[in-house]
Amino acid sequence: MNTKNIDDIIELSEELRWKIGDDFHDNLSESIYSDASKIVEDVVSKGDKKSKFRLDAKIDNIVTSRIWGFPIMLFILGFVLWLTIIGANYPSSMLASLLLDNIHPILKNFGTSVGLPWWLNGFLFDGVYLAVAWVVAVMLPPMAIFFPLFTLLEDFGYLPRVAFNMDNLFKKAGAHGKQALTMSMGFGCNAAGVVATKIIDSPRERLIAIITNNFSLCNGRWPTQILLATIFIGAVVPASYSIFASLLAVIGIAVLGIFFMFFFSWALSKTVLKGEVSTFNLELPPYRPPVFWKTIYTSLIDRTLIVLWRAIVFAAPAGALIWLISNIFIGDQSIASWTVHSLDGFGFLLGLNGVILLAYIVAIPANEIVIPTILMLTVMVTGVSGGAGNGVMFELDSVMATANILKSGGWTLLTAVNVMLFSLLHNPCSTTIYTIYKETNNLKWTVVASILPVIAGFIITFLVAQIWRIFI
Amino acid sequence: MENKVKSACDTCTHFNADGLKKLGIKTDDFDFVVAFAGNPNTGKSTVFNALTGLRQHTGNWPGKTVIRAEGAFEYNEQKFKLVDLPGTYSLLSTSEDEEVARNFILFGKPTVTVIVVDASRLERNLNLVLQILEITNNAVLCLNLIDEAERNNIKIDTRILAKDLGIPVVSTSARFQKGIPELIQTISELANGKMLCKPRRIKNIPQNIENSVKELSDKLEKEYPNISNSRWIAIRLLEGDTQIIEALKTGKIATNEY
Repeated sequence: MNTKNIDDIIELSEELRWKIGDDFHDNLSESIYSDASKIVEDVVSKGDKKSKFRLDAKIDNIVTSRIWGFPIMLFILGFVLWLTIIGANYPSSMLASLLLDNIHPILKNFGTSVGLPWWLNGFLFDGVYLAVAWVVAVMLPPMAIFFPLFTLLEDFGYLPRVAFNMDNLFKKAGAHGKQALTMSMGFGCNAAGVVATKIIDSPRERLIAIITNNFSLCNGRWPTQILLATIFIGAVVPASYSIFASLLAVIGIAVLGIFFMFFFSWALSKTVLKGEVSTFNLELPPYRPPVFWKTIYTSLIDRTLIVLWRAIVFAAPAGALIWLISNIFIGDQSIASWTVHSLDGFGFLLGLNGVILLAYIVAIPANEIVIPTILMLTVMVTGVSGGAGNGVMFELDSVMATANILKSGGWTLLTAVNVMLFSLLHNPCSTTIYTIYKETNNLKWTVVASILPVIAGFIITFLVAQIWRIFI
Repeated sequence: MENKVKSACDTCTHFNADGLKKLGIKTDDFDFVVAFAGNPNTGKSTVFNALTGLRQHTGNWPGKTVIRAEGAFEYNEQKFKLVDLPGTYSLLSTSEDEEVARNFILFGKPTVTVIVVDASRLERNLNLVLQILEITNNAVLCLNLIDEAERNNIKIDTRILAKDLGIPVVSTSARFQKGIPELIQTISELANGKMLCKPRRIKNIPQNIENSVKELSDKLEKEYPNISNSRWIAIRLLEGDTQIIEALKTGKIATNEY
């Protein structure tokens, strides 16, 4: 390799560039296009039937219209959630009765019969096993319904239309229109949503998308919302409307999340992440009838089982930890009850309680285990009868049983509402935090993305609690 | 993951179904590298999945493939490593996803580049095809979503298309596993040199530009007798592509043999 020759070549290229002038790029592109159209002329013959394109255009006119775009989006979201709530109930209670009522005693007896010491027996079967079983019973049915439905929508081609509808809002918020897509991914899993922000070129807008992705209610949090809405919100209205009311509450939380996402995108783009909004081309792909069974199959395998596996992996050590902190005593109090009591005051300010705050600390690895943890800690602190002892994740075969425990733990409608809010507005799970760090490679932004939602959560729950207590 | 392909081609003497093993992510010790390029949302990832037996996330929206995905299959005892590139409309601008695709085709030395296009939108897709054909010699056009085109009454004469482009053309409908054996056979033949390409180079370029490109590419060829895409490099130099200039200076261009 001769450096001088190469310098010559580069120099020559600069000279020539000067000579051929500014429209080089355009001329080149034009030549390519004219080549392409010439080839197509000889090769492609079109029949006069263009019905499919027309049908696509007609559908698009409706689902992306100014008037119908948003209602249709909400309707589809509502329908998917409704199917999830209705459909998940039955298999959930079946799984619970199988894993908790039947298998758990067998395991405990087995442990006793082979002479395991009480603490090992408790640690393994009341801690680790029950946590895992609870997660499977609560998480698997809604995920097995929600994910395939979401994937069918994705395969059909609806997501780009969502992006199209929301583009204007994102622009006003100073963010990138493609954030609509990463936001939608976040509804499945925030870590996946954060990874998906790679589709956004501008670093500024990508950061905004990363930081605000946590406001998309992720899969680990949907069951919490659904359960609490069913127990507390559904109970406020007459029984015949209860499903409808809980559905509205869950959608309300999801929409509130979207609102916060816009608000913080806007706030960030007006302050620390100032800059121009970049434009982009979004192609609305043709609608494609999903390959139904294949989609169901792959979404079950790829999404449901992977997310479930993750939940189990985190639930096992969390179950163990809960059992430990409930059974290790300092003085006359277990570590858990000491922590709960010291968090109670702060919890009260937020309309929550110490149990809930501790549960959110224990559940940092996975949002999925928040409710099981809350139930277990509530049983321990209040000493509700029927519990299997300290640090045993509780056996619940029906929503009613859950309701009874929570109510005996001092829960009111306000507590439920604020837990739903706090579930939306708190730190991302540890997987997401790690993913944010990997994607931004920046400690500062990782901290911002982790802390910002918690602060928002503290403020909102505090305000709600104070106003509620004044007026209700 | 030894899925056998199930189609009429199983019994055809041309395609050796017994010789096919989908290797998933086992990409080590490969004999050939195959790149997958194409416009967004033409089903690259679906074709990629059909060949490797992997289940890369697919969905009907442009821009899903954000990270370069890799997979492999074995055919007739040769291992092919597959690289799924992000979809791009062109290789001429400077956005990041385009750079990933462009750099891989240029510097990643794929033995074969599979260009996946949407059969219903051939004209627009050809824009990218023609650009890729400037860079690489060994390519196959995968005319995907052919079922959709047929439903829309679009007929494509693949023989003339293959002749015009100078590369083999295979019609597929990857979602329904159609045309995959033919694609594998073609990739294998190209990789083993049993089939030769004579890719079309962009015509209709204004005379003054053509002359400049020629002058530069002649110089380049004199310096690097082995490079086959001197015209493309010349075009990029005229555009002032800093990465190409850098690659020239470091000699990375010269190691780019096909």
